[in-house]
Amino acid sequence: MLKILKYSFYDLMRSRWSYVYFAFYLLLGIVLLFLNNDLSKAVITLMNVIIVLVPLIGTIFGVMYYYNSKEFTELLLAQPLKRSSIFLGQYFGVAISLSMSLILGLGIPFIFYGLFESSAIWDFSLLLITGTFLTFIFTALAFNIALSNENKIKGFGYAILLWLFLAIIYDGIFLMTLILFEDYPLDKLSLIGTMLNPIDLSRTLILLKLDISALLGYTGAVFKQFFGTNFGFVVSIGMLAIWVIMPVLRIVFKSKRKDF
Amino acid sequence: MVSIQNLHKKFGKNQVLSGLDLEISEGGIFAVLGPNGSGKTTLIKCLLGMVIPNKGQISVLGENVKNGSDYRHKIDYLPQIANFPSNLKVKELIKMIKDLRENTTLDQDLINLFKLEPFLDKKLGNLSGGTKQKVNLVLTFMFDSPLVILDEPTSGLDPISLLRLKKLIQAQKMSGKTILITSHIMSFVEEISDEIVFLLEGKIYFKGSIDELKNKTKQPDFEHAIASILTDNHA
Repeated sequence: MLKILKYSFYDLMRSRWSYVYFAFYLLLGIVLLFLNNDLSKAVITLMNVIIVLVPLIGTIFGVMYYYNSKEFTELLLAQPLKRSSIFLGQYFGVAISLSMSLILGLGIPFIFYGLFESSAIWDFSLLLITGTFLTFIFTALAFNIALSNENKIKGFGYAILLWLFLAIIYDGIFLMTLILFEDYPLDKLSLIGTMLNPIDLSRTLILLKLDISALLGYTGAVFKQFFGTNFGFVVSIGMLAIWVIMPVLRIVFKSKRKDF
Repeated sequence: MVSIQNLHKKFGKNQVLSGLDLEISEGGIFAVLGPNGSGKTTLIKCLLGMVIPNKGQISVLGENVKNGSDYRHKIDYLPQIANFPSNLKVKELIKMIKDLRENTTLDQDLINLFKLEPFLDKKLGNLSGGTKQKVNLVLTFMFDSPLVILDEPTSGLDPISLLRLKKLIQAQKMSGKTILITSHIMSFVEEISDEIVFLLEGKIYFKGSIDELKNKTKQPDFEHAIASILTDNHA
């Protein structure tokens, strides 16, 4: 698997898009720091961008890479290699190179701005950790969609729909239910609802660490009680890990049964 | 060498292989023939584990295909359509496949044989179809495995390369290898193969030498013998 990972990673490192992605984050980091002139404020703005953009890029890159490397995959399938190592190698190659672009692109300007002397370092690290989780989650989901759809256009369509659903529509439905059932105690339901969507989960996790939960009102207090504690933190990270593991297992399962 | 029992494969509603049995003994050149869509490529892909059969047993050199991927160390496979990652150089591709599989020094001889020297630093996406097929041949033959599977090896080759390929295949046969070939070029098949396996509607319709086929169909030459099978079965 490591050899495939190495080749997928090099392949992506040579492609223009990794650099565009890296340069984008570099620029974003510099601009935000320049405009805000304050590390913690820049972290909050950055969160809003990352929470939406990272899943989108992960999804699109994942689907695109799978379909583009179809020929390479077929070449590998005839070699004495396990199917699981071919697909996991490719998946980790994509996910790691995207995460690297994210971490380096944002990390470099923040380090130069004096991150290590600032109190925002933990918030910033949490931002990068959730960003990396989101990259791994959405790349894995994208690979799942691509493996199940021979048709490129369909695959792209489903991938975009998935992103749209989790990033935007889910929140809408969630809010509607909260309004509809406002007469009932909703703290548990909203906690579970947040857990089930990795984007919401990451957002809540960061917001509460940034200590602006006062803005969230009553639900904020309930959330703070849960996510603010160590237990809540561990559970949320565990939940994000499950969001990575489940689709990865399905990649292994699905690839074993597919005809090429 | 290769033993296939009761092989079934369906793609959606399309039954491609229906209860195919085939025994291939060690050594010699076997041509797998059949009309378009008769399941030649599917059969080969089943052997390689790329297509997973619905039913049936396949074993290659005594190893069941379902148990792992190690048996593919003993197979060299030439795919029908040479699709390579287009942003890779020829040299890099050869190096990569060697790294993934095992080291070999045969590639240099093959590069010389097919005169690929000037293309080594070119990207695969910029090569012509025939040159890609030559790269494909180098990748296939450089490992010296006991079973060689060639899916349409002649496609896109110029006459001189075709001659070199024929010589190469004969040399491989002399060293005791088993070679499976599919092709639609009847003259090529007639010249090179020891035995014919004719697929029709997902089953083996005929297996034997070319002379046996001529006798069976009562036709004077090979091409007409094949044509008569096809017209008799209105395929």
